[in-house]
Amino acid sequence: MSNNYKLVIKPKTSLFDFSIKEVWSYRDLLLLFVRRDFIAVYKQTILGPLWFFIQPILTTLMFMVVFGGIGKMSTDGMPQAAFYLAGIVSWNYFADVLKATSETFVQNANIFGKVYFPRIISPLSIVISKLITFGVQLFLFLLVFSYYLFFTDSSIQPNWYLLLLPVLIFLTGGMSFGLGLLITALTTKYRDFRFLIAFAIQLAMYATPVIYPSSMIEGKMKIFITANPMSAIIETFRYAFLGVGNFSWGGLLYSFIVMILFIIIGVLSFNKVEKSFMDTV
Amino acid sequence: MNPIVEIEKVSKQYRLGDVGTGTLSHDLNRWWHTIRGKEDPYLEVGDVNDRSVQGNSEYVWALKDISFNVNPGEIVGVIGKNGAGKSTLLKLLSRVTAPTTGTITAYGRIASLLEVGTGFHPELTGKENVYLNGAIMGMTKSEITDKFDEIVEFAGCARYIDTPVKRYSSGMYVRLAFAVAAHLEPEILVVDEVLAVGDAEFQKKAIGKMKEVSQDQGRTVLFVSHNMGTIKQICNRCVVLEKGQVKFDGDVVEAINLYNRKDIAEGEANKMSISIPLEKNNYPDEVIFKQCTLMEGNHVASDEVSDINEVSVVIKGEIIKPNRNLIVFVSLFDEYNNLISVNDVFENSNITPEDLVPGEFTLTAKLPVDEFLPRNYRINISSVIHYQGWALKEDEINFDFRFIKTNFSHPVYSESNFPMTGKSKPGYLNTSFNWELVYEKN
Repeated sequence: MSNNYKLVIKPKTSLFDFSIKEVWSYRDLLLLFVRRDFIAVYKQTILGPLWFFIQPILTTLMFMVVFGGIGKMSTDGMPQAAFYLAGIVSWNYFADVLKATSETFVQNANIFGKVYFPRIISPLSIVISKLITFGVQLFLFLLVFSYYLFFTDSSIQPNWYLLLLPVLIFLTGGMSFGLGLLITALTTKYRDFRFLIAFAIQLAMYATPVIYPSSMIEGKMKIFITANPMSAIIETFRYAFLGVGNFSWGGLLYSFIVMILFIIIGVLSFNKVEKSFMDTV
Repeated sequence: MNPIVEIEKVSKQYRLGDVGTGTLSHDLNRWWHTIRGKEDPYLEVGDVNDRSVQGNSEYVWALKDISFNVNPGEIVGVIGKNGAGKSTLLKLLSRVTAPTTGTITAYGRIASLLEVGTGFHPELTGKENVYLNGAIMGMTKSEITDKFDEIVEFAGCARYIDTPVKRYSSGMYVRLAFAVAAHLEPEILVVDEVLAVGDAEFQKKAIGKMKEVSQDQGRTVLFVSHNMGTIKQICNRCVVLEKGQVKFDGDVVEAINLYNRKDIAEGEANKMSISIPLEKNNYPDEVIFKQCTLMEGNHVASDEVSDINEVSVVIKGEIIKPNRNLIVFVSLFDEYNNLISVNDVFENSNITPEDLVPGEFTLTAKLPVDEFLPRNYRINISSVIHYQGWALKEDEINFDFRFIKTNFSHPVYSESNFPMTGKSKPGYLNTSFNWELVYEKN
């Protein structure tokens, strides 16, 4: 028995009352949540984890038909499959994390209402479990990518910027995490945001160079695309693997700053809400 | 001894009604006060929580200035009717929500069992869920691994441990969930009626575990329940909450009595007609019955009667003209209206018809509580004047009550209370025959 253990339960604590140490002591729970999310999704399905592949493959085929075939949109001279898949895989990670974290309080109301653990564990576990999904889909992309690289004479030029890949993943995860926290904090009391987020994510994809290269965009529209912090990430991803697109350190720095802002605002608002959200959810 | 939990002037305010546009305006107003450095304007308002009365305020105090301490090793029962604030208190203790004002200080880890099986995922196997559930309650993976075999054995479901829990029977599900919870090792355990699950054997096990946790391991338990039998059995102190305030804090039997009496006072149990005044009498020239009451100890019983106190039927009236043909009898029925036993005032006592003299009387019949089993009974009081008719009509005075046994030990049947699912001793009466065992000698 720890005699010097002391726990004080008080009304409102400061916004900055955030204990990394406490989160660390619950690291086993974090991993078990990741495991649960990963295992439970495809239990009792025949194809199981194959679904991780099927979804991006079908989306890519769809894009190839609609945007590549019918729309005749540019892919910067890259094979369509590789181009779309690169966009989809990296966008999916952002969208999946954002969608899931923004539902944290509503989805977990049952557990949160019965037992205490640092609430942030839940969204954190989402970032990690979606990272596994991303890894699987990245593998799929690598297969397609290798095919074009080794068996066709396309102009794919992977380069040293590939080393930035972990940074890109970190930026994507961090940004969607921070934004998700902010949205879930807002959603507890006013559910309006919940309806908003579903199609906002869908629309945001069109405001991000996923199905088109940013080189295609000219004039005023260009400002919007540049202002989108996901643009630089996806462009860099493509640039690293395929050797086409706009890469700039400035763009990445901008994304980094936005990510930090999202995380700070997100964690603060999450913190404020988590203490008493059970009363309003 | 220093208290392990100190609850100081804790209050919790809730907003009534819907969360809608009105909430936004309140939020804005509140925010406006905050940035000017003023107090939250809505803390001033708020009604005492009385759910039966339409309040004036949109805000209500689920708890208001609750203060009490808990010492290490105590099992404190928290009782009160629905809406008294019991669950809110437990929620605050388990940090599910924060108090509006006041402070709770705990010198030890708190684990709460507001519900067993929190976070159980139907698709995961029993084993996976044990780990997940344990971790949610604050155990580390290695702690769970150490206790895993014990947990499975306690739950008694070793055979199904690799099957998804959605295939479990509900009883098995709960057993496994409780087993995990029972093997937590916090200094303070907060429990909310989770024992009302599982079969009788398992309930006995669960209660035993709670006792063991506090007595042998010196842990502190806060236990909320509506089951007075269980409270009596395991708690050594009891707090009665009423309308969000502490009404009583101390001896268990006193607290239970207070709780039962309160129900009557507030008309909660009026429909049970435990105390019946009589207005019209069939033979006002000979005998007048004024009131029939079922008493537990020295107060009016509720619809739950336990063997903590003496239970008796009290009949008040007045003899105008003695009549040797007058009989008063008490009949006992089961919940299906089967007559179990009839007790006659003259046949079953030393009282004789000659004792009836003019004047006001109180006739008391003590129930042999030891002979009752935990189940539903009905008592009927009637009176007849032979060759004339009913002095007290057969269907007029009925008391329905559930009997609760607090100290019932039997090698086969547990103390489970009817109507919980589970075996209680069959039959209606716990009568003792005089047994004799004789061996034939060769």
